[in-house]
Amino acid sequence: MKKAFSKVYLSIVYLFLYLPILILIVFSFNESKSKSHFTGFSLRWYEVLFEDELIMSSLMNTLLLAAISSVIATVIGTMAAIGIYSLGKKSRAVVMSVTNLPMVNPEVVTGISLMLLFVFVSSVIGISQGFYSVLIAHITFNLPYVILNVLPKLYQVNANLFEAALDLGCTKKQAFFKVILPEIMPGVFSGFLMAVTLSLDDFIISYFTSGSDFQTLPVTIYSMLRKQVPPSLNALSTLLFVAVLVILLISNISAIRKEKAERKK
Amino acid sequence: MKNKALAIPHIVWSIVFIVVPLCFVLYFAFTADDGSFTLSWFLEAGRFAGVFARSLKLALIATVICLVVGYPMAYIISRTSWITQKTLIMLIMLPMWMNFLLRTYAWMTLLEKNGIINNILEALGIFNLLGITEPLKMINTEGAIIIGMVYNFLPFMIIPLYNIMVKIDNSLIEASRDLGCNGFNVFRRVLLPLSVPGIINGITMVFVPAASTFVISQKLGGAKNMLIGDLIDIYFMGGEPNFHIGSVLSLILMLIILICMAFMKQSDEEVML
Repeated sequence: MKKAFSKVYLSIVYLFLYLPILILIVFSFNESKSKSHFTGFSLRWYEVLFEDELIMSSLMNTLLLAAISSVIATVIGTMAAIGIYSLGKKSRAVVMSVTNLPMVNPEVVTGISLMLLFVFVSSVIGISQGFYSVLIAHITFNLPYVILNVLPKLYQVNANLFEAALDLGCTKKQAFFKVILPEIMPGVFSGFLMAVTLSLDDFIISYFTSGSDFQTLPVTIYSMLRKQVPPSLNALSTLLFVAVLVILLISNISAIRKEKAERKK
Repeated sequence: MKNKALAIPHIVWSIVFIVVPLCFVLYFAFTADDGSFTLSWFLEAGRFAGVFARSLKLALIATVICLVVGYPMAYIISRTSWITQKTLIMLIMLPMWMNFLLRTYAWMTLLEKNGIINNILEALGIFNLLGITEPLKMINTEGAIIIGMVYNFLPFMIIPLYNIMVKIDNSLIEASRDLGCNGFNVFRRVLLPLSVPGIINGITMVFVPAASTFVISQKLGGAKNMLIGDLIDIYFMGGEPNFHIGSVLSLILMLIILICMAFMKQSDEEVML
């Protein structure tokens, strides 16, 4: 009885989560423009989507931005984590509370505050907002996530390892790259992945910092939602859904395999 | 392996791109166009008290619904076998990874006047049955905003709750049953106290974006049901921008959120003691 109730409850909530997406997907294959009457199967909205230059160029922008901003955030953030780890208790608390600000602040506030800075900069030296301003914004909100992923790994590292490497003739540089870095790599990597996904997904901060000449994919989607929405947006949603599904499946299957192997030991 | 200097790039970055921008917000909130000190923008923002109240009300309702729906979800998932757990959690995260603009768009097509829900009700003859002549008005209502918030942010409640509940040992629950607790008391005396950190995490992860959203309210609530986020959007990105009022509104929003968070954190620590 209790088990049956649990199953029914789970099904209802999953239905609530997936039915709207399913309907979006179904209507991406609709022949007509209607989003409530299905008139017949067609792939024409996918054709329209791939011919839409604005969508394609903003997709490229988004990918480029995610790649560059996450690499920079990972480098600065990993260095920062080591620096913060070395700080005394008091200064560490101060640095961390500033670091955490973009995470606790509402995104709108982070967005408009950066916008004010960029508007000021462009009025003084004449560089208008565009790729550079969104890049800076993305690095800024990615940094705390990288730091928070790396920091716990640093505390797990046995500090004697570094000393041992030095005693065995490593320079400080070698000891870091050959001994410490491999130890904290899982944290660096998960921080990097988080930065990539946050950057790909961000709308609010990009919206306020991008200006009129540079658009990321979410910003383009938002401008599409303002007018009569073309069904090619359904096609885009479907493709993005499939992409996320594939990525999650791959990462999950490998995680399950890994855990199974460990349990066998 | 200690090297304080490595934090310098990050500290400089944080000052230039976190602290300085916030100083700009403060500057615009407290100055007139000519740069002289004034508090008049705060008075002007006072007429939006109703909008603030609506934002907090809707965000609060959405948070409560997410908690009530998400808590049993997280518990049920946490008691299944680990492979099932992994799969179920993946299925929670999948919609979360779809951009929230698209998730909101999905509900636009569902709730529209000529949308799918109205069409289905009509096709099933329910309108005729109840004697309703016009399609239901669902979009551009407060209810639609709440649905949009719950739909968008429910996973943000379930994930932190689940993360804390997997750590609760089943034997604790069994022990409390052996010692004579009924179902409700197991929940009240064992499960609830142990899951407080997850609840607090979940509430912040839902409440903060819900209270400051502008997309959901704009797309599902229409011009009549504006929230603080909409006002900030209008004053910064609209046709007649006014950075001063926009900054005042952002500042107040930020303060409300920070106060709520501090309050939550404190109650968390009290429970932990």
